[in-house]
Amino acid sequence: MSSDVLAPAAAPSRWQRFKDSQLVHSFSRDKLAMVSFTIFVLYLLAALLAPLIAPYNPYDPSAIDIMDSEIPPAWQEEADERFALGTDAQGRDMLSTMLYGTRISLMIGICAVMLQMFLGVMIGLTAGYFGGRIDSFLMRLADIQLSFSTMMVAIVVLAVFQAAFGAELYADLAIFMLILVIGIAEWPQYARTVRASVLAEKHKEYVDAARVMGFKSSRIMWRHILPNTLSPILVISTVQVANAIISEASLSFLGLGMPVSQPSLGSLISSGFEYIFSGSWWITVIPGIVLVVLVLVMNLLGDWLRDVLNPKLYKG
Amino acid sequence: MALLEVNNLEVSFGLRQGAVKALRNVSFTVERGERVGIVGESGAGKSVAAFSILNLISRPGEITDGEILFEGQNLATLSDKQMRSIRGNRIAMIFQDPMMTLNPVLTLGQQMVECLQAHRKISTADARAIAIEKLRQVQIPSPETRIDQYPHELSGGMRQRIIIAIALLLDPVLIIADEPTTALDVTIQAEIMELLLNLCDSNNVGLILITHDLGVVSQITQKAIVMYAGRIIEQGPTKEIINDAQHPYTQGLINALPQQTVPGQRLNQIPGSMPSLQAIPSGCAFNPRCDFVMDECKTRLPEFTRSGGCSVACHMVRAMKQNPETVQPVDSSEEVK
Repeated sequence: MSSDVLAPAAAPSRWQRFKDSQLVHSFSRDKLAMVSFTIFVLYLLAALLAPLIAPYNPYDPSAIDIMDSEIPPAWQEEADERFALGTDAQGRDMLSTMLYGTRISLMIGICAVMLQMFLGVMIGLTAGYFGGRIDSFLMRLADIQLSFSTMMVAIVVLAVFQAAFGAELYADLAIFMLILVIGIAEWPQYARTVRASVLAEKHKEYVDAARVMGFKSSRIMWRHILPNTLSPILVISTVQVANAIISEASLSFLGLGMPVSQPSLGSLISSGFEYIFSGSWWITVIPGIVLVVLVLVMNLLGDWLRDVLNPKLYKG
Repeated sequence: MALLEVNNLEVSFGLRQGAVKALRNVSFTVERGERVGIVGESGAGKSVAAFSILNLISRPGEITDGEILFEGQNLATLSDKQMRSIRGNRIAMIFQDPMMTLNPVLTLGQQMVECLQAHRKISTADARAIAIEKLRQVQIPSPETRIDQYPHELSGGMRQRIIIAIALLLDPVLIIADEPTTALDVTIQAEIMELLLNLCDSNNVGLILITHDLGVVSQITQKAIVMYAGRIIEQGPTKEIINDAQHPYTQGLINALPQQTVPGQRLNQIPGSMPSLQAIPSGCAFNPRCDFVMDECKTRLPEFTRSGGCSVACHMVRAMKQNPETVQPVDSSEEVK
């Protein structure tokens, strides 16, 4: 064989193929998806670049002056031009704190979902492919896990940890604990979805064909069946990240999430809650809006993705 | 030594109602380069026979008796690992529906390269070159670009060619084709069958063709096996079976071909339908539908009788052989309403 035969002569490049794909096509037609995606990317950039773009470092106690506390945002009277979105009760710049808070919220959301996905895909794939007793065992495990609500598990675990090891150690490990707890509490969502798709896929002829070609079970599972279940995984991922962020915010609001010294969006909302009646509404409301927009945008993206990836909706 | 020798194969499915035997006492041989057709109605056990050769019957089914000698090795007793080295490598299989057989998320190249690499230590570039060569053999135009496409970008006939190319990838000695043209439209069927025939012929590959289309069998195969309710009822050289079928069921099948009727006339059919495997009539399984049924048919299972090059499991044929005067000769479709 000469080498020119091997060269993909007129085959379109990966980028070209991506540009021509249904995904991109539908995206460029859908204004809502484009706006959602733009906002989501802005959030991601803000989170990634927080240390660069934030005017102050909210984690640095020496940069905080208690005399600056509860300054309203710039468009109000008594505003201070140094703080565009005002300050919180401790005198931290709201803008900087929120940038860092978004970073923490997104990180917890994404990492927790990655953990969920890892556990869920492994368990769902095994249960669906092998079936029988393994399937029953793993799915009953999922049922048990689901019968405890996420919040209940999280509250118990985090409260016990805080009580046992003290608030100081907890403050250091809070972010990992949150990822772990939210990640473990929600894996059955993935496991069930993956299992259902695997059950549907494994009786298709291409799986028989793969067996006829003499492939090992593990290879058929990971290389042949798993890629065919990716679209539901992708769709629930967007929703699950939004859910994880909400869970984290709720836990923080209950005082079991991120400590006040390293606030996430949830703990910011919670810390401002005490001052809402004294007129400092912005400490709660602004991070609240930021959180709501983030979750909304992710859900909208998830909806759009579900429609695009569901072939029944556009090929039917 | 025959390439494939199936002896007294019995496959049963353990259901709640008890074991159901999907195959009983199935024996046949395939020589190197020989093309064999297995014919029968839906549910006769054709596909089960094919899957059992590859030892791929899924639970609750299992091979309960008999042996499958492939190049002298009994496939029924091989370990999973040994079996994997035969599947795809020495024996390949082609399925009915080309729309479903290719993995929709992998490109053709990925699937073909993967298949090669599963059985041979070979670099991706070399595997790709072999894949392109095989695509050319099945007359895919511009295989260099096609190889990077996904299955949905190809038409049904094209996909079936790809599947044939995949089956040929590792130069197997036996191909099992399970109704390879049923899902294709009629104009392409002939093309695909001819392609399969030529490739098998030029590479000296054995072919087991499973079909309910007697026309295809008569054109392609050298030997035909007719199955009914899990048993072989007649087997022999295709020509003899098509021109001079002995078993009433085979005669019925041939009479049912649309070519056998005058235009405007109702098509012939075999009255009744195949019995459920859970309620197979005693004696010859075909007796409730047979026009020539005798008392013996209802009680005793017919054994094989030689008749020319064929062997037939029918009491009437045996009786005729032994004593031609006592039995009415088998007449054609006139008696079949």
